Amino acid sequence: GKEQGDKKGGGASDVVLYKIDVPANRYDLLCLEGLVRGLQVFKERIKAPLYKRVMPNGEIQKLIITEETAKIRPYAVAAVLRNIKFTKDRYDSFIELQEKLHQNICRKRALVAIGAHDLDSLSGPFTFTAKRPSDIKFKPLSKTKEYTACELMNIYKTDNHLKHYLHIIENKPLYPVIYDSNGVVLSMPPIINGNHSKITLNTRNVFIECTGTDFTKAKIVLDIIVTMFSEYCENQFTVEAAEVVFPNGKSYTFPELAYRKEMVRADLINKKVGIRETPENLAKLLTRMCLKSEVIGDGNQIEIEIPPTRADIIHACDIVEDAAIAYGYNNIQMTLPKTYTIANQFPLNKLTELLRHDMAAAGFTEALTFALCSQEDIADKLGVDISATKAVHISNPKTAEFQVARTTLLPGLLKTIAANRKMPLPLKLFEISDIVVKDSSRDVGARNYRHLCAVYYNKNPGFEIIHGLLDRIMQLLDVPPGEKKGGYVIKASEGPAFFPGRCAEVFARGQSIGKLGVLHPDVITKFELTMPCSSLEINIEPFL
Amino acid sequence: MAAHAPGAGSGSGCSGAGRDTPSAPGAAMADGPVADVLLRRLEAADGGLDSAELAAELGVEHQAVVGAVKSLQALGEIIEAELRSTKRWELTAEGEEIAREGSHEARVFRSVPPEGLAQSELMRLPSGKVGFSKAMSNKWIRVDKSAADGPRVFRVVDSMEDDVQRRLQLVRGGQAEKLAEKERSELRKRKLLTEVTLKTYWVSKGSAFSTSVSKQEAELSPEMISSGSWRDRPFKPYNFSARGVLPDSGHLHPLLKVRTQFRQIFLEMGFTEMPTDNFIESSFWNFDALFQPQQHPARDQHDTFFLQDPAEALQLPMDYVHRVKRTHSQGGYGSQGYKYTWKLDEARKNLLRTHTTAASARALYRLARKKPFTPIKYFSIDRVFRNETLDATHLAEFHQIEGVVADHGLTLGHLMGVLREFFTKLGITQLRFKPAYNPYTEPSMEVFSYHQGLKKWVEVGNSGLFRPEMLLPMGLPENVSVIAWGLSLERPTMIKYGINNIRELVGHKVNLQMVYDSPLCRLDAEPGPPQTQEAA
Repeated sequence: GKEQGDKKGGGASDVVLYKIDVPANRYDLLCLEGLVRGLQVFKERIKAPLYKRVMPNGEIQKLIITEETAKIRPYAVAAVLRNIKFTKDRYDSFIELQEKLHQNICRKRALVAIGAHDLDSLSGPFTFTAKRPSDIKFKPLSKTKEYTACELMNIYKTDNHLKHYLHIIENKPLYPVIYDSNGVVLSMPPIINGNHSKITLNTRNVFIECTGTDFTKAKIVLDIIVTMFSEYCENQFTVEAAEVVFPNGKSYTFPELAYRKEMVRADLINKKVGIRETPENLAKLLTRMCLKSEVIGDGNQIEIEIPPTRADIIHACDIVEDAAIAYGYNNIQMTLPKTYTIANQFPLNKLTELLRHDMAAAGFTEALTFALCSQEDIADKLGVDISATKAVHISNPKTAEFQVARTTLLPGLLKTIAANRKMPLPLKLFEISDIVVKDSSRDVGARNYRHLCAVYYNKNPGFEIIHGLLDRIMQLLDVPPGEKKGGYVIKASEGPAFFPGRCAEVFARGQSIGKLGVLHPDVITKFELTMPCSSLEINIEPFL
Repeated sequence: MAAHAPGAGSGSGCSGAGRDTPSAPGAAMADGPVADVLLRRLEAADGGLDSAELAAELGVEHQAVVGAVKSLQALGEIIEAELRSTKRWELTAEGEEIAREGSHEARVFRSVPPEGLAQSELMRLPSGKVGFSKAMSNKWIRVDKSAADGPRVFRVVDSMEDDVQRRLQLVRGGQAEKLAEKERSELRKRKLLTEVTLKTYWVSKGSAFSTSVSKQEAELSPEMISSGSWRDRPFKPYNFSARGVLPDSGHLHPLLKVRTQFRQIFLEMGFTEMPTDNFIESSFWNFDALFQPQQHPARDQHDTFFLQDPAEALQLPMDYVHRVKRTHSQGGYGSQGYKYTWKLDEARKNLLRTHTTAASARALYRLARKKPFTPIKYFSIDRVFRNETLDATHLAEFHQIEGVVADHGLTLGHLMGVLREFFTKLGITQLRFKPAYNPYTEPSMEVFSYHQGLKKWVEVGNSGLFRPEMLLPMGLPENVSVIAWGLSLERPTMIKYGINNIRELVGHKVNLQMVYDSPLCRLDAEPGPPQTQEAA
């Protein structure tokens, strides 16, 4: 029920193109068949079809799962589309739907992979097993000769489409494979089907198997494919059952095509949406969304039938949303909640906001730098070993810029200066923001600290300016100079980032809160700077 | 030099540098007799006067008048001076001599007495050679070659008209136009006249015309104040069309100025700020607590930064974790659940939070543990991290703005009402809502606003009611609904300041000049009217 879409002029042609956004959980709208069906039901031109599983006249198709699959791809489901009639468009749509499902709910075939086969070229029962790659040999789709699974994995390394799926099984000792009773390979999921059972425009009977690691999703995927394409079967919207025998001997019949009844009170829908519709109207709205509904019981209960196409409906709130969508979001009356609250600022942010303004008033300009950076930025360039930084490390950075979370604000400010070397001197920058360090006392093993960092960059080091800024900050924080309790002092110190003899540690309220000093020429050079520079970096959290 | 203050100016600070015509050191003094005279003449003049004519009248170099004009101009609107270029004829040095003493031929004629003069003697006179042939061709004199002591020169006429001298005198008197073209060109061929181009000023009274500028003071001084001498002294006018000297100042970052405004808006609406100072989060709080299944694509390595160290959360609230696990894997609280094998190891995985909703989940969990339930309005604005492909509008980290209201019986209509008030404070009044899918809200709606500049509806936020599968395991009462919305801080800021590349705004590659120059942030203020051309 998504009729919204941007109209776009189709170039020079008169054809109007509609761009339709389909929500990521509406698998039933991914193909034209489902979309048109949904629209026609919404427009009340047709009633939502009833999808039926039927038993075959002859013997039921069987898929037997062997226990070797357990460690790699333990689940399989199957069904038969009997007496289907493909045309070029229908065939293309069938293939496209499989591809979209593979990308979406199947998580790029990792959770579920779909195989569709010309049943008339095969002979059941089928066996879903797992074998050593060297023991699997068959002619895959669109190849003219047989290859072993090992060879195929090599060949597909350069295949732009298939290379993305290889990792799912590549390093496993056994690969999943499906055979028919004559030893013909149907498919080697999740990579490729066999060429033998390939479907064509002339295929009349389709055997569909879905294998995977997520049983629920495999069942949903099978339901979606058969509900969408049973429209083209001789007996419309009927699907022939198939039997799947699990290693423990238990046997199940698929597709499930389960209809479920939910009961929702009309006033719940009205209350959640903020409308006042009669139960009958709400039932009608839901029916138009392919959720066949009727008012029952005391006249306030709505009974809703959830069809197998709507796996996204898992709670009453999903039904409420469909009612709201059918009603039209933009038709809902806007109202203000009566919630009475007194606002409070987060104290650390309040302090930060106050300090930012006074830092600017002191002539310093605010920078906004990244919280993620390279190891080099926080270690090598500052003359520190990375192991001494307590930095948190990212496991999957795409580039070196995102190796660690910063443990100091200084590198970001120095990089800001480096990018602005053409600006007139002096450059006076500051930033008040969070750094991150490991801390085993926190639930996640790491914590932020709110730091204040300032740099002065000019032809002279300007230590007295940075020192004066510290004095000003302490004045603003009402911290008096001196060693007395509650006061602040700076004491000669050293640090690899600072020029020898030009570094001091800041103590306030009885604890060390940071350092200030003239930067070491090596640091200046490593950040591609040329002028003397002094800096101050302190933790402001003790002043809360 | 353009300057509104005639006094000496000081150098510029870092913020003033680079501007054209910064404020001004002192202008040239307009004192001097020529400027004085010029102003007095101008006062009497009808319309204006020409600088060259004035120079001629005063008998001073034209350059002296030009200097006076320029110094008066520097004082502002005292005078108006229009540069004119005129051609005029001037005498050469020889021409000057002839105008004064007569032409060579006239001098030759005058030196011939009635009794005649030996030709050899005449030729020795300064004007002899040139004057002799001219006087001959004018038939003023004749030569008697049969004289006893050699050729002798005699007058032919008693008197003659020295036309050359007369014409040159006319030119010197500024009346060159009285000569015929042919006469001027003959004089020019004789190198007595030359044509020069003269740049002169047509000077007229300015809007602040005064004759007393010559005594103007540059600036008020402490001595003038103490002596009271300022009462009797005129002061030079300021040039108010010049630019001032920008103050030496620090500047706040434009994105954070916008952040301040958003905080202000939330505070005005009674929203309390949530703590968000924890960039590192467990998958549990970032995803599982929000009922986001463990196979969700957002939990993929391609979208999220996971941590190598510390790789796993050390503590999780296990009672709550079990309720979350059950809801995911089996359902409950009226839900079917996702029906998959939920893994604690997956929930323990640490990451850089992908949204501040993780912090909202913690805040709601704390709220749920406080009995009895009290309604709240929460907000946060802080950094989030995505391991995405970077482009002109996407960075690996950005700021998310989030608003949350929890109360009994909140509706989708309430959410829309709160959004309308919120966006009105941003100056956005035309809103539309579109269905969307979000794993932790249901119903969900994307918020669109009509963008006047782009002439289309653009997405400005995402919103919804948190799912019961998220709220009920936390322990919130069943009839409490929680409405929430989120948007990025960067996007409205880029639109507000007309920035196309996000790197110009966020990160170390920022252009500091842009930071220096950025205006106040008033989100609800209409942009200023387009500048209209001043009437000529």
